[in-house]
Amino acid sequence: MTNIIEIENLSKDYEKGFFKKKKIRALDGLTLSVAPGQIFGFLGGNGAGKTTTIKILMRLLFPTEGGARILGSDISDVKMHSRIGYCPENPYFYDYLNASELMMYFAELLGIEPSKRRGKCEELLAKVGLQEKDWNRQLRKFSKGMLQRVGIAQSLINDPEVVFFDEPMSGLDPIGRREIRQLIEELRARGVTVFMSTHILSDIEALCDNVAILRNGKLAASGNLHDLLTKSGEVQTFEIIVKNVSAEIMRGELSNAAGFDVGEKPNGASIMVSEEDDIATVLSAARSRGGNLVSVQPVKQSLEELFVGSEE
Amino acid sequence: MSDVRSGSNSIKKIKTIALNAFREAVRDRILYNLVIFVLLITAAAIFLGDLTAGQEARTIVNLGLGAILVFGTFISIFVGVSLVSKEIEKKTVYAIFSKPIGRGEFITGKYLGLCLTLFVNVMIMGCGLSLALLFVGGGNLAFRVWGATLLIFYQLVILTAVAILFSSFSSPALSALLTFLIFLIAHFSTALRELSATLGSSASEFLFTALYYLLPNFSTFSFAANASRGEFPSLALLGGGAVYTCFYVAALLAMTILIFNRRNFK
Repeated sequence: MTNIIEIENLSKDYEKGFFKKKKIRALDGLTLSVAPGQIFGFLGGNGAGKTTTIKILMRLLFPTEGGARILGSDISDVKMHSRIGYCPENPYFYDYLNASELMMYFAELLGIEPSKRRGKCEELLAKVGLQEKDWNRQLRKFSKGMLQRVGIAQSLINDPEVVFFDEPMSGLDPIGRREIRQLIEELRARGVTVFMSTHILSDIEALCDNVAILRNGKLAASGNLHDLLTKSGEVQTFEIIVKNVSAEIMRGELSNAAGFDVGEKPNGASIMVSEEDDIATVLSAARSRGGNLVSVQPVKQSLEELFVGSEE
Repeated sequence: MSDVRSGSNSIKKIKTIALNAFREAVRDRILYNLVIFVLLITAAAIFLGDLTAGQEARTIVNLGLGAILVFGTFISIFVGVSLVSKEIEKKTVYAIFSKPIGRGEFITGKYLGLCLTLFVNVMIMGCGLSLALLFVGGGNLAFRVWGATLLIFYQLVILTAVAILFSSFSSPALSALLTFLIFLIAHFSTALRELSATLGSSASEFLFTALYYLLPNFSTFSFAANASRGEFPSLALLGGGAVYTCFYVAALLAMTILIFNRRNFK
């Protein structure tokens, strides 16, 4: 399976200062690939290099080293950009235009058939939840959330095969976020690859198949989100919850064995074990004292822990 | 299936960008200067007759062509320097360049959009001037001012290209200052040549001769005084001026695109 996005050893230095120029490395040897049809989450703290990466992919910045390919073409290939979409962070558009005019302008630039332009623009504006009464209002009168919706609509006007969203939920209220989440899921269902950077971890957890976490311009972690969350480093932990037996009794029953962490629970106890074989030991100890099993589940690392861990 | 046509060629993209740049100028009330022009010419037509003892037509020609040049120069410099820098500052280029738009297409489109604005501006002012001349009985001058008006348009088109070139690598304020200096030097370009002839040093002579040929030459295009005497520029001047303008603008735009192609948009 050919990857949709291939980033190879991508680096970017910014120069600071007037007379004495100082180089600051914003992105350092990023290598990454994204398979087709997935929602790829691009995470990192402020200044980690997410927007720099996306800007390089969009031809807004030139890399200091390395390169990237999208849909098999080098990012410098202008024609390839007719097959992709991009919604920048806090999108800025010509504020003297209204939403319909802006969409029509982009549709014309992209060479969409004149007979289909109007319908396409209106369909997308409706899809991103922009009310019809706002379509003919100048963009300078739009709120941040409304501009975000227009930004997402314009990124989809050419039916892109891959779309890049830089903080797509920025400025949206909870209803707007839900609508955009649904839209992103729809895109995936249609086979569109979505590459999104966001700070909102719940959106990543809800939407993304694979993620990459950047830290100080370097790749700190990447892979399948489920694998990253279940892989708590070296050891797999399980939580066993039992009822009708107190934590104190369980501590007594398990005192001879090491590796058990017993905690209080209402009308019962929770026991953390690090070996799968220990589950049977805990269950037999609980049953011998009249306890019943409530649940056994592997403990996942939360995305927040993963994110913070990569930042430390 | 995608509705995007693969054949959306450069000319169409440039036309779309140019028409949008024109729409921007109209909505940003750039053409409001026409109101001042109309008021100025109307006042001149009504009141100057008494003051200039029958020379009102010549005075209106001088005043009208002077106003077309001044208003046009203001638009060329101030709108020209902000044409691209505003797009970068307001980050509107982000959505544009992520689409299949070449930077050269963008610069050319923006430039042509401002030229269209200037053309409409100059045409309306020219019509106003002709009407004022008809009003004061200068019927023969009403037609003859159009040659001088066209030569002013040539100057404005070159000046706009100069403004865009400076704004591609310097701040809007510095670009405006530099463009204005070029405008002044261009109007005194014959003085540069005379200066080079009078200097003893061959190095200075070379420098001023080089500047004479490198910088735009607007003194040839200054035809207001002749127009007020009822003269019409020769076809050689109009045609040669058009060719000169086309080549000069092409060279300036090529340099601008070369610089702009290397720019990072942080």
